[in-house]
Order: sequence, then structure tokens, then C-alpha cells
Amino acid sequence: MKPTRLTECGNWVLDRFPVTKFWNDHMAHYYAPKNFNFWYFFGSLALLLLVNQILTGILLTMNYKPDAKLAFDSVEYIMRDVPWGWLVRYMHSTGASAFFIVIYLHMFRALLYGSFKHPRELIWIFGMLLFVALMAEAFMGYLLPWGQMSFWGAQVIISLFSAIPIVGDDLSLWIRGDYVIADATLNRFFAFHVIAVPLVLVMLVFMHLVALHEVGSNNPDGIEIKDSKDPWGHPVDGIPFHPYYTVKDLVGVAVFLLFFTTVIFYMPEMGGYFLEHANFIPADPMKTPEHIAPVWYFTPFYSILRAIPDKFAGVIGMGGSIAVLFLMPWLDRCKVKSIRYRGGIFKKALFLFVISFVALGYLGTQPVTPVATTLARLFTTIYFGFFLLMPIYTRWEKTKPVPKSLTRLHSLEETLHSLEEQLPALIEEITELKPVASEIGHPAFKSSFFNRRPNPGGMINVISRLAKKAKGSLD
Amino acid sequence: MKNLIALLLLLTLSFGVVASEAVELQEADVDLSDNDSLQRGAQHFVTYCLGCHSAKHMRYLRFALDVGVDQKKMLKDIAPEGASIYDQLHSAMNKHDAEKWFGVQPPDLSLIARSRGADWLYSYLKSYYTDTSRPFSVNNLVFPDTAMPNPLWQLQGEQHAEPRKTIYGEYTKLVLEEPGALSEREFDLFVNDLVNFLVYVGEPVQLERERLGKYVIFFLLMFLVIAYLLKKEYWKDVH
Repeated sequence: MKPTRLTECGNWVLDRFPVTKFWNDHMAHYYAPKNFNFWYFFGSLALLLLVNQILTGILLTMNYKPDAKLAFDSVEYIMRDVPWGWLVRYMHSTGASAFFIVIYLHMFRALLYGSFKHPRELIWIFGMLLFVALMAEAFMGYLLPWGQMSFWGAQVIISLFSAIPIVGDDLSLWIRGDYVIADATLNRFFAFHVIAVPLVLVMLVFMHLVALHEVGSNNPDGIEIKDSKDPWGHPVDGIPFHPYYTVKDLVGVAVFLLFFTTVIFYMPEMGGYFLEHANFIPADPMKTPEHIAPVWYFTPFYSILRAIPDKFAGVIGMGGSIAVLFLMPWLDRCKVKSIRYRGGIFKKALFLFVISFVALGYLGTQPVTPVATTLARLFTTIYFGFFLLMPIYTRWEKTKPVPKSLTRLHSLEETLHSLEEQLPALIEEITELKPVASEIGHPAFKSSFFNRRPNPGGMINVISRLAKKAKGSLD
Repeated sequence: MKNLIALLLLLTLSFGVVASEAVELQEADVDLSDNDSLQRGAQHFVTYCLGCHSAKHMRYLRFALDVGVDQKKMLKDIAPEGASIYDQLHSAMNKHDAEKWFGVQPPDLSLIARSRGADWLYSYLKSYYTDTSRPFSVNNLVFPDTAMPNPLWQLQGEQHAEPRKTIYGEYTKLVLEEPGALSEREFDLFVNDLVNFLVYVGEPVQLERERLGKYVIFFLLMFLVIAYLLKKEYWKDVH
């Protein structure tokens, strides 16, 4: 076939620019393990959200005014007078919270399946740097609407720097550019939020992915798929990322967007968690709100800060709670990666850690009371205990044997099918036949199901079996 | 395992410990699709609130278009005299006077429903009572020592506070001492219309947003089905 003008043009570019090579290296010929489960959707979702934040962010900057006198009103102008401005703003504000949900789940996946371990330490480090950059991005972005919580939240957090001995006061003054949060602060935060930090984020995402594609993805079994290859040099348990995972991630994107749009269109404030009620009052330096709470995604760390009595020690504690995550690859001494084959002690420790993280998050949204402080201290201890005791408790962990190749993953249909098969037997067990079948009534009600009544003994059997199963999966 | 259960128990307990509210709020019946109520609310707002409070993010035109009022009727019946349809709901009171008279500048009410909530506004406007120790001789149960005099006293009448004791503890009950121009039920409806309007003003796009959401979610459901079928087709040879 004679090449057309268009393909000639295309070839001209491809001869000079390695688009095909790039596509093959990272998509079409990048082999990923074939047993990715639910937890593996969040990487691509995080990328989707980054794009969402950048695009909606660009649209918002077209009407936003980074000026202490105009900022609050310009946001309301976007919400009311700019065509579709409300949608863009809600996509951005909901996107920020969704980003943290996705990232927390993405990080939890790494803890579950040991994705931070050898040889993926650097991927974890880049990921943690991304997390820190994301927190900085979110913190600075939150000042921009110039509401009461924007102002006082920033005031509280920046004043933390003044707890540092000797240079503290000068440092916080230097960061603010004024003695209180003011126009100067707003302007510099705007600069950081719209250009400086996003550049860092994009660069780190690039490095995160390059490092990942160099060593290859981990998987729920925690086995290196590169160890067993077919004669053509492809991993036996691997499948090309494109098209298999691009189409699979498309399903993940659809489900995620269903939740995302439900929030945007029906509950954009999310009960005061995504958009705080007090932030609908313009910033007023003369009026301190009764209760200053950061946005939900910072509350676990804020709780740790408040739990520690001394201010400077609190700042160290809060910084330490994030810094300690960087050390994960070296704190965990267990050779086995996946939670599927790890010992019970790690499962219990991880469970406690999740509980303490969620509890700290909740306590951080609540005002300080003596009980709340005691609880926060307890959970802070558990939080740090999880990490700092890890070298001890993971050393003697009783692990299970790790299989050589990936275990088969039950698909959703198979699970449903097997459930369907078990159902009659289950009904048989938890119910018993009524002594006398009634003669009156519609024939449809005479089927076996309506002639049965609950059987407490059977139910107890089923529940205890379930409980044993749940406990077995813990150990 | 026992420790875990104890911890969980402690956690559930902590939810009860941290929350406490001083006054129980009454529920406002907000219905943004009720155009008549919104129009009455707008009239009440212009008559009783706009003297001191602005709602500067709201335009008369936007309200007329959203609620379906003729623009001429809007200017004649709702907007104050001399206002243009393109105007925002600005108050005529100047800032210096306001600070001299009330000590503070009355806040803009564009977003008051989003920061305070409908129930709070409804309860607040109904909870004024006589208290001669205050500068305007009124105080408020929901917002103690509020700087705002009761603008609706002629309609509601005068209430006074009576301490009551029950087995559950003490609380304050407001008793109507001198009836006003409206009956109790009429006054409740009056305040409810006003709150309804304020909720609308807080986010005029709310109804539109909820209407659009249905289509977006329907589209995404269809997209999910197609994406899932596509995934199944591609993956059928992966074992």
C-alpha cells in the first residue's frame, strides 16, 4: 500500500522523536502482574485527580483575585456570575479532598502488600515526597478563599514555626511576610499554589513512575513476576499494561467518578468536612473563631500536635509522624511482602494503626476536652508504636510460605456464583420448617421459603463459623 | 483480642463525650422549589433586613430569572424604590453610622445560610426575649448577647424567658407575653419564608446543580456498563 501524505508526515516525526518507544516502554510493552485487585486502582485515580486539579485550577485562576480585599468576593463571583464557575470550583474543592482519600488508600495498599520493600524503596521515597508536596499544596490552596478557617488555620500552622528555638519568631515572620497572615502571605501562597508546588508535584510524579517502571509493579501476592519469564523474555504472570490495565482502570475511573460527581452535585460541602461552614465568613483578623479545625485530611497530624503538651515537642511530634513514614522500608524487617503470607502480629499491628489513624483524624475535628486529649495521647502512642516497634515485632514474625507464582484471583462473577450455590444450604441451616404448614393463603406463599422460620441454633453456628474465618484470616 | 475490643468500646464512647450543644434548634422547612415562598421571603428580606444588612452577592435580575418573576414586577413589588434590576442587594446604611449605632457593622447575609445553617437562622429569629439589661432591651436564646435588636418584634410580639425544671435538667422556655400583629403560626411561616430565601441566596445554583446531577450520574452509569463490558472482553483470555 502506498503511504499517504498523513502517514509520511507521521513517520517524519517518529523518526525524529521517540513517541512509539515511549508508548511501548511505559504502556504497550510494560508488563504488570495480572492479579491486581481493588487496591491497585488508586494510582491511576491519583493521576486523574492531578489532571483534574490542574485543569480546574487553571480555569479558577482566570477569575480569582489574589488580594486580601478581593479574594473572598472573587470566589463568590466565580460561584454565581461566572458561567459554570460553580462546577469548576466544586470540582476543585471536592477534588482536593478526593485526592487525599485516594492517596491515603494508595499508601495503605503499599503497607498491605509491602510495596515499599526492596527493590522499591525509592518509589516509596518519591511517593512520600509527593505526599508532603501534596500537603503543602493543599495547605496553601486552602488560604486562597480567604474565609475565617483559611485565615485562622494558616495562622495556627504558621505560628508553629515560632516554637522553634532561637530562629522561630523570625522564621515565621519571614514565611508570612507580615506580623499576621495578610495580603503578603496570600500573594506568596498563591504563587506557590499555582506554579511552584505543582511543578514539583509533576516532576515527582514523573520520577515516581520512572522508578516504578524500572523495577516493575508489586502485586497482592508480593512476588517478583520478573523471576519467572517465558522464552520471549516476558514475565509469565505479567500482562501488558495496555490494553489490559487501561481498560480495567477505565472501570475504576467510572466507579470513582460516580462517587465524585455525587458529592459535587448533591453534597459539595460534605457536611462541613470538604468545605467548612466557617469558611463562608470572610477572614477577619479581629475575630478568632471559637473552634479552629483544619480540613479533615490534616486532622490526624493536627491531633498528634495537640496531644503533646509542649508546643515545640508537639511540632516535632507532628513532623515526626510524617517523617517516620519515610523510614518504612528499613523499619520493616520481615522478608515477606504481602499481608497474605505475613504473620498475625503484623496484621494486628496494622489494624491498630488504621484504628488510631482514623480516631486521631476524628479527634482532630473536635474541640479539646480532657477526655479527647487523653484519647488522642493514647492513639498517638499507638501510631508511633506501630512504626518504632516495627523492627522488633517484624523480626520474629511467623510468616506463611510464599508461593512461586501468582495465586489465581477469583473474579466477581465466580464469587457471586459460588455464593448463589451456597445460598440454599445456608437458608436450610438458619431456618427450620414450621410445624404446621397453613392451608389457607395464596399458593405462591406455600413455597418452602415461606414455610420456614428462623432457627436460632443454626444462626449461631453460621455466625461462629464466620467469626472463626475472620479470626483465621488475621493470624 | 480483648484489648482490641476494649479499644473499640473506648472509641465509640468518645463520640458521645465530645459533642454537646447548648440550645436545641428548631427545624426550618426549606423548599427551594416553592417560588411563592421565595418571593415572600425576598419581600420580607427587603422590608425587614435590607435596611441594615446587604446581600451583595445577589442580583435582583438573578432572582427574577431563577424564581420566574417578571422583571417589572420584581422592581415594583420586591426591590426597594429606585433600584435597578442589575443592582446587587446593597444596604442603604453607611458603615460609620452602623458602627456608631450597633457597635459592629451588620454582616453581609449572602452566605449566612451556608455558615450558620437554616435551622440556626430559623431558631435565632424566633428566640428573642425581653431583657432590660441589654442596650436594645432584648436578648436571644440561640445567640446570647447578640448585637442585633429584634427587627420582627411588631410581628411576633414580646416574649419573655422562663426558667423551667424537668427531671432531665433545667432549660429556658420562651413565653409570648404580648401578642404581635401575626399569630404564632403566621409568624412561623413568615420566618420560614425568610430563611428559605436566605438559603436560596447562599447558593442560587443549588436547584440547577441537583437537576444536572441526575443526567451526569445517568451518563456515568452507562459509561460504567460499557467500560465493564469492554474490560470483560479484553480480559477473557487472561487466566
